[in-house]
Amino acid sequence: MSVTEQELIDFVVREARLLDEERYEDWLELFTSDGRYWMPLEPGQTEEKLVTSLLYEDMILLTTRVRRLTGKLTYSQQPKSRGVHILQLPAVDSMDEAANVFHVHTPFQFIESRMDEKEMYAGWMDHNLTMEKDGLKIKMKRVELVNCDAAHHNMQLII
Amino acid sequence: MTYLNNPGSVLDLVREGEVHRDLYTSEAVFDLEIQHLFRNTWVYVGHASQTPNPGDYFTTTVADQPIVMIRHQDNTIKVLYNRCPHRGAEIVRDVHGCAGTSLRCPYHAWTFNTDGSLRRIPEREGYDNTGFESSHAARGMTAVAAMHVHREWVFCRLAEKGEDFETFFGGSLSTIDNFVDRSPAGRLEVVGAPLRYVNRCNWKMLIENQTDTFHPMTVHASSAMTAKTLWEEVKDKHEGPTPMVVEAIVPFTMPYNFYDGMGIRVWPNGHGHTGVHNSIHSDYTEEDEYFNAMREAYGAERAQEILGEVRHNTVYFPNLMVKGPIQKLRLFKPISANETLIESWIFRLVGAPDYLLERTAMYNRLINAPTSMVGHDDTEMYERAQQGLRAERNEWVNIQRLQLHDECTQPEEVHSGNSEVQFRNQFHAWLKYMATAAGSIQAAATQSATGTDG
Ligand SMILES: [Fe+2]
Repeated sequence: MSVTEQELIDFVVREARLLDEERYEDWLELFTSDGRYWMPLEPGQTEEKLVTSLLYEDMILLTTRVRRLTGKLTYSQQPKSRGVHILQLPAVDSMDEAANVFHVHTPFQFIESRMDEKEMYAGWMDHNLTMEKDGLKIKMKRVELVNCDAAHHNMQLII
Repeated sequence: MTYLNNPGSVLDLVREGEVHRDLYTSEAVFDLEIQHLFRNTWVYVGHASQTPNPGDYFTTTVADQPIVMIRHQDNTIKVLYNRCPHRGAEIVRDVHGCAGTSLRCPYHAWTFNTDGSLRRIPEREGYDNTGFESSHAARGMTAVAAMHVHREWVFCRLAEKGEDFETFFGGSLSTIDNFVDRSPAGRLEVVGAPLRYVNRCNWKMLIENQTDTFHPMTVHASSAMTAKTLWEEVKDKHEGPTPMVVEAIVPFTMPYNFYDGMGIRVWPNGHGHTGVHNSIHSDYTEEDEYFNAMREAYGAERAQEILGEVRHNTVYFPNLMVKGPIQKLRLFKPISANETLIESWIFRLVGAPDYLLERTAMYNRLINAPTSMVGHDDTEMYERAQQGLRAERNEWVNIQRLQLHDECTQPEEVHSGNSEVQFRNQFHAWLKYMATAAGSIQAAATQSATGTDG
């Protein structure tokens, strides 16, 4: 099953849209069973496990996170946050059909709004994708904020 | 209120069992805390492993002061104000760096030895016959009034007069000692950058929450109960041991009687900890490699004793919290009455296997981060309280749960884990170290009026 550049770009754009539209169960389906979401704490960070990150989550935690966002006892989401991704055109960095590994790099802005507050984040997201029977899946989504080491307020939504 | 005209009136804000909302919401009270409480107490600066070699420095703030901690050429740690004695510029700005053998102000190129003393001024003859030798500038960078290094933990006291380090901390140092002892080499190392984030609430809400055992089952049901339920669904399909994340988050669902049984120990001067008998950290899976390293280092009996401590959160008044069994600390830096900067630092136990550090890093991002789904609900409560306290016609915050007549009178006491005794303990200390606001200097220096203790 071959993959075109356009399909990789469309995948990244759709992934952001599922988050913005709060279609979280559909969003979880985009990951491989051993998929990871990583948001490093330091610029250019390469170590995943032995230093602090803002996020480094497997499917257990991502599923918990998504269920929590819509839970009745989730007081920090009463009232809810709303978010929107503004993506630059995703750039396909590499396509290795033989190894079934595809890298897409996407500069973005993300706005998270709750009550009268509005937090603005910007950075780059790198998708490490692979083709499975039912389509493209995320092995790793790495989101590096341009100011990942700055003192932020609560970031409740998934960028 | 007229705290500016009558600073001593802040001492009326603390009563037995209730405290006034202005403690959390008034900028005037906050300014007095910065001037008195955060200067009369011993405040955490950093850990010596952050400056391993001579010339290495670490920049931070203590109270509202710019501070640089630096390792001098003789290998001792110095705590200096990060301010050029000439025109006031901060001399270094990187969080961590190495100055080599001298610090150099980037503004007019004055240089200083790594103990802060003045080394060289360009075109120095320009100061001939000016009386420069007796100026403040000639003394070089200023050191804090008092500093102390306890097992590589660096603390300072900004006030010239006050208690010595040992008197201030007393028996509470046992938590730091146990933390360090958990390393087979008896040594800790700070790992990486801290998580830094801002909550829109008073710093005391954060430090009080550290021993608030009555909130997790309510506030954290959204995350911990959800994780627990999910784990029940998937665990039969899961291969290998229970994931660290599950071990970390599920105990947040424990009921009141569990937290009650944990116990709270309090020491004078506002220090105290939850998790005397057991804690949410008690049931982590440990690997033989670590037990063996500990037994080899300490002998079986002592190793058992060290690891038998499962202290949950230890509060070092005013603004430090330490978690030995999970190898991290949190610092709550006051920014304004309604804003606090939180720092979450992690440590490696030197000589211990990497899985411990992996667990520490995991816990840090899972529980104590701006991205933490556990922390989000904590922050929500602090910020709701910060807003709710604007309400008139009840100006008091209640702290009476399980209050006893004769509590907080001994060098060490153990109470029910559900008691709010540690809040009350902190407010006793608050009164003591705010007493200088009323101009009664003795009150903050009951034990020692001898000033610095090096
Ligand atoms: Fe909490």
